[in-house]
Amino acid sequence: MRADLDIIRNWIAPGSRVLDLGCGDGSLLRYLQDNLQTIGTGLEIDETKINACLAKGISVIQQDLNKGLQNFESQSFDTVLLTQTLQAVHFPDLLVEEMLRIGKNCIVTFPNFGNWRARLHLAVKGRMPVSEYIPYEWYNTPNIHFCTVRDFDVFCHDKNINVISRTVVDYKHRDSWFIRAAPNLLSEIAIYHFSRAPAR
Amino acid sequence: MPDTLPENSVGIVTPELYRFEEPLTLRSGKVLKAYDLMVETYGTLNADGSNAILICHALSGDHHAAGYHSMDDKKPGWWDVCIGPGKPIDTTHFFVVCLNNLGGCAGSTGPASINPDTGTWYGPDFPVVTVRDWVNSQARLADRLGIQQWAAVVGGSLGGMQVMRWSISYPERVRHAVMLAVAPKLSAQNIAFNEVARQSITADPEFHAGRYREHEVLPKKGLMLARMVGHITYLSDSAMREKFGKVSDELKQASLNLGRDLRAGKLSFGFDVDFQVESYLHYQGERFSETFDANTYLLMTKALDYFDPSVDYDGDLSRAFANSNCRFLLMSFSTDWRFPPERTREIVTALLKAGKQVSYLEVEADQGHDAFLLPVPRYMQALTTYMNVVKDEVGA
Repeated sequence: MRADLDIIRNWIAPGSRVLDLGCGDGSLLRYLQDNLQTIGTGLEIDETKINACLAKGISVIQQDLNKGLQNFESQSFDTVLLTQTLQAVHFPDLLVEEMLRIGKNCIVTFPNFGNWRARLHLAVKGRMPVSEYIPYEWYNTPNIHFCTVRDFDVFCHDKNINVISRTVVDYKHRDSWFIRAAPNLLSEIAIYHFSRAPAR
Repeated sequence: MPDTLPENSVGIVTPELYRFEEPLTLRSGKVLKAYDLMVETYGTLNADGSNAILICHALSGDHHAAGYHSMDDKKPGWWDVCIGPGKPIDTTHFFVVCLNNLGGCAGSTGPASINPDTGTWYGPDFPVVTVRDWVNSQARLADRLGIQQWAAVVGGSLGGMQVMRWSISYPERVRHAVMLAVAPKLSAQNIAFNEVARQSITADPEFHAGRYREHEVLPKKGLMLARMVGHITYLSDSAMREKFGKVSDELKQASLNLGRDLRAGKLSFGFDVDFQVESYLHYQGERFSETFDANTYLLMTKALDYFDPSVDYDGDLSRAFANSNCRFLLMSFSTDWRFPPERTREIVTALLKAGKQVSYLEVEADQGHDAFLLPVPRYMQALTTYMNVVKDEVGA
């Protein structure tokens, strides 16, 4: 089981309606459905992954996140999830806005580019960071909008987003006091739980 | 037909006629006092009746969805690619039911049947039937067969519209609704094509206001034209190029041919058939006009035109689905210009708005609207996967 599932499940109410953007093979939705009896829908564009969702009995809609989410009603889901996909979409800011429109609350996970390994890679080698966790070269990476934990904090502040909870972990989704001490430097994955803040 | 039946065929099948004596009030207000439904089934109904699948046919389809009627048949039923042992709708697990709809011309009561009130053919007097009427008659068939709830109701095109109606009218009787190449209602362009088809039929001098049987003639020319125009809308531009274009690499690369292969190798400089596509359409139209009933064709196109479940809900389709209890699978095909993907997505959006469980796939396929009848690999894979889950769910 993916360790991030364990973190995310604590933020999701039993029986609630969940929308997973870029749902992959549907593992997360299946897990939530089995453990929390959620009613889930996933969006995915990859054919093989869509088929994996169908095989798990997960409702999945073939849809490109970069083309918008106009087909979803405002506030029609309790939680909108976006795991490990934010950095790969064309307009992360617009997508997050759409998530806030559709969901009462949102969960986003992304790789922290401010991690010391990435910094060291760039500083020492002078080359774009490539790791076991993010194995792409600059020219073939699907990840076109990397950000750091600090970047996302600033983003949330600027966009009037209320961060309900934030967890930072290593790429195996392990949490420790050590990482929490210097999240932007030490964490490899950031997991945010947020909602629309009241108007300022 | 080869000497032996393919292993994954349902084999030789025999349709069965079911008589219904209880009057059926149609949407038009007219009443059909009694009627027959021609039905074919494949596989075995399990003890608790939970493994039944209803297949709804499209405009020119009938009850013969799979298998062969005799060893002399040249072709199997119209959806043989999907129905059979080991096929997406696996008859080793499911009990599959397909019927000829009311108003049809393949054995169920329709314009070519004898009207008991007059002792002659119904002809144009056969009442206009709608998708809703079909579904009501199908529900009675389900009662007769001892099927309380369908594991799935499945259909493409006009068949998909029946599936949609099932999910709305009989929410407790459908577990899964599978709609392929479908639209929430016809567009003006769709209706326009249907009207050309109807005009072709009614303008045929042999039509005799629908009483052609009494004149011992058939409006074959008109029906052939109707089929030709219909057929064009079922194929995509690319499918036609492929079908009627030389396969020479040179031409393919240059895309010069556009599927304009000549029939006799040279132009005739007359008004006879010059191109392959013309002779193909003539052939298809002629064959169709020999087997299909013109009045039925008119009825079927009207059923298409009239279909719009949102009319009862101020045009809001999502409200029509408010009570639906099933899970939905919809698939569209990229080159379908009759019911293009965006039309299917309208249904998906309405279902999402209604808070329903829906899966949707947009399948890349060159074959246009017809793709739902063909073994497009990705489509077959998705349908197989989905039906497998249905199978496990109902313990089939």
